[in-house]
Amino acid sequence: MRYIEPHGHMVSRTTDDYQAMVTAGCVAVCEPAFWAGFDRSSVDGFRDYFRQITEYEPARAAKFLLPHFAWLCINPKEAEDLALAADVLAMIPEFLAKPNVLGIGEIGLNRNTRNELKVFEQHVELAVKYNQLILVHTPHLEDKLKGTRLIVDLLRSHPGVKPERVIIDHVEEHTVNLVLDRGFWAGITLYPDSKSSPPRAVDMLETSGHDRIWLNSACDWGVSDPLAVPKTAFEMRRRGHSASYVDQVLYQNPVRFLSQCPKFRLGD
Amino acid sequence: MPVRAKLIEVAAFLDRVERYGAAGDFRCAALRQAVKILVDGKPARARRILEQLSDPTVKPDLITSGKVALGAWQKPQSPKRAK
Repeated sequence: MRYIEPHGHMVSRTTDDYQAMVTAGCVAVCEPAFWAGFDRSSVDGFRDYFRQITEYEPARAAKFLLPHFAWLCINPKEAEDLALAADVLAMIPEFLAKPNVLGIGEIGLNRNTRNELKVFEQHVELAVKYNQLILVHTPHLEDKLKGTRLIVDLLRSHPGVKPERVIIDHVEEHTVNLVLDRGFWAGITLYPDSKSSPPRAVDMLETSGHDRIWLNSACDWGVSDPLAVPKTAFEMRRRGHSASYVDQVLYQNPVRFLSQCPKFRLGD
Repeated sequence: MPVRAKLIEVAAFLDRVERYGAAGDFRCAALRQAVKILVDGKPARARRILEQLSDPTVKPDLITSGKVALGAWQKPQSPKRAK
């Protein structure tokens, strides 16, 4: 079996995780910029982080023969500081030409505030200006439905946004159709305690379709499982889905979306 | 078996919060309301429970109430929605 991990915060993971993922069939990993668990104090903290995910982490992954790609942004959890956000947004173009950068992400909302929405809109403007793919984070728990609606409304109101070049991540049963019905791609995140479990993810594939959906572990420094994607393949097979079905969802779908960026290339 | 175990976890949780005098917490109240959906005989239970636990408002908040979501929506004590 082959699969792509389209959303993993590998700077938070050990080399053992890289080894386990490759052993399970992972052929590429994509790392969106995210929150470090604490607020960075200056734009220089982001500069170091962007260097880490565009220079150091690809080299670490390469030791395990794993292509590593990255997305850039200031995440919504740090978007309340508008001055810092402006500094980071101004710096991002310096890194867009890096060979492993696929686009702008994971941008979006956390607590659905006016400042978060403003910074989200600025990221969207940046992505459109530089013709970048967009990866969107949707809020947690009780904030997800409202946040997803705000995100979808903003994206649809922007004339420069092409829905087929946007993936809206962390969908659940109450948001998956809201995203797919408007032409966007949807990401289902497999977490032990929140977001979606493997059985619920397969339920959504069966009821909402599997044409524009990818699955990811979003493994990071919190409770998460870097092997959640291949474990979900087992859930599909147990229900009788074919090997080609599994391959489409876990490999071909992410390849189809990510290949819209010419820098996304896989080796033999 | 896994679903049976999860159901008993929910039951034990509800017993526990009563024993500790926390049953009035808004999250516990929301959970008790959500449980009713399990046995109403209608489809799309997961979607409907998620919707019931969600913030029903539509405008962005003026200020953040913290970085972390709580699991259920509680009407704010003071207005903080954008006009």
